[in-house]
Amino acid sequence: MTASADYQKRSKDQLAARVAQDIPEGACVNLGIGMPTLVANHIPGSREVLLHSENGILGMGPAPGEGDEDYDLINAGKQPVTLLKGGAFFHHADSFAMMRGGHLDICVLGAFQVSSTGDLANWSTGEAGSIPAVGGAMDLAIGARQTWVMMDLLTKKGDSKVVAQCSYPLTGIGCVKRIYSELATLECTPQGLRLIDLIEGLKLAELEKLLGLPIAI
Amino acid sequence: MDKDPCKKTAHSGCGFLLVGFGDTYMINKIASSVADALADVKNGATILIGGFGTAGIPNELIDGLIAQGAKDLTVVNNNAGNGETGLAALLQAGRVRKIICSFPRQADSQVFDGLYRSGKLELELVPQGNLAERIRAAGAGIGAFFSPTGYGTELAKNADGSLKETREINGRQYVLELPIYGDVALIKAEQGDRWGNLTYRMAARNFGPVMATAARKTVATVHEVVELGALNPEHIVTPGIFVHSIVKVDRAATQAGGQKKAA
Repeated sequence: MTASADYQKRSKDQLAARVAQDIPEGACVNLGIGMPTLVANHIPGSREVLLHSENGILGMGPAPGEGDEDYDLINAGKQPVTLLKGGAFFHHADSFAMMRGGHLDICVLGAFQVSSTGDLANWSTGEAGSIPAVGGAMDLAIGARQTWVMMDLLTKKGDSKVVAQCSYPLTGIGCVKRIYSELATLECTPQGLRLIDLIEGLKLAELEKLLGLPIAI
Repeated sequence: MDKDPCKKTAHSGCGFLLVGFGDTYMINKIASSVADALADVKNGATILIGGFGTAGIPNELIDGLIAQGAKDLTVVNNNAGNGETGLAALLQAGRVRKIICSFPRQADSQVFDGLYRSGKLELELVPQGNLAERIRAAGAGIGAFFSPTGYGTELAKNADGSLKETREINGRQYVLELPIYGDVALIKAEQGDRWGNLTYRMAARNFGPVMATAARKTVATVHEVVELGALNPEHIVTPGIFVHSIVKVDRAATQAGGQKKAA
């Protein structure tokens, strides 16, 4: 599919920059483990954004220099981070009150599948014998005022990760507002997908064919 | 035992020591050793253990619990052990019957993985915010609460597979969640005084203040015991009413754990 395509997919960094572009000044944002953490590198220095980490940090800063790691100051992925001036620590019940209570403006999560109406599956493939782990995914997905998913639209096999109905175990129902991907940015609505943008050279009809789903303009 | 009025709530209020001092009484929650502080942990107890990844894990208390020998334990922690030490060592020693946590699977959770796969360890997987709030509810005397987290998912089911009670409130769907009470809470703090007041260090705070409220006996390690009045009252995070025993341990830098090695 991609070999004959006359378009260039967004790289991971281009995708992270695309997400960062939509994060407004003053927003409180939680970036999920994995690809979403890249978004922090693309928020312009001129824009003040407060990063939240589920383990009790608001105002999280970038990774420390080598030798300055302090493992009492880690992010949700257990990697060492820093604290910006004005940053705060708080306990877990407060941290999740920030999510559930609607105080967090945006969270950006990875996903296995997203339905066209915004159901999210990102915590378990439901595979027999696998060790389940959910962490804060369910609280974030339904708690943040806007949940954005950042992912490739297609699996390595070429199957669409945007589906009419998730086959993997759900993380939350109707909670995803937007999907940022290597090919397009989509909005999930109760009526289905709506197009926000498309990479250069890709036609809407091609995207609809790849996903097997209609996309409204 | 059931007539004990202290059993009704997480906090007995009976746990602190009154030590004669001249003609007054002096509250002194400073324990002489980890072994002293953990002497009365019983088989079958529910143990709340603070920490997220390796930050805030009270390793000295876990080692003390292994030495103390209590078994058939239910452990509540965000994770399920890293590497071969601390909580992983407690699991490996076969002392734990059940673990209640949000994120057991980690890059270095091999001890848990093995026990879980071989059916030797029961797992109750709880979304992290529900875990924190269920512990908070226990400490705050809340009988149950409706949480939107997990609605419509596999984690809104009971252990027997039946659906948890749900309710629509103001147009939104919620799941009824019950408190998680601890018999004992083991937490890692930074500074403490003889009344049991505690401060924490950075993100090692995590579950500590919530767990401290939810157990009938809370034991905290501190790196520094200070005189009464030395902690700024505006900065005390856990007031001493929630703490029954404090043990001073040497400061050791928290080690990395739970993360994937950089590729």
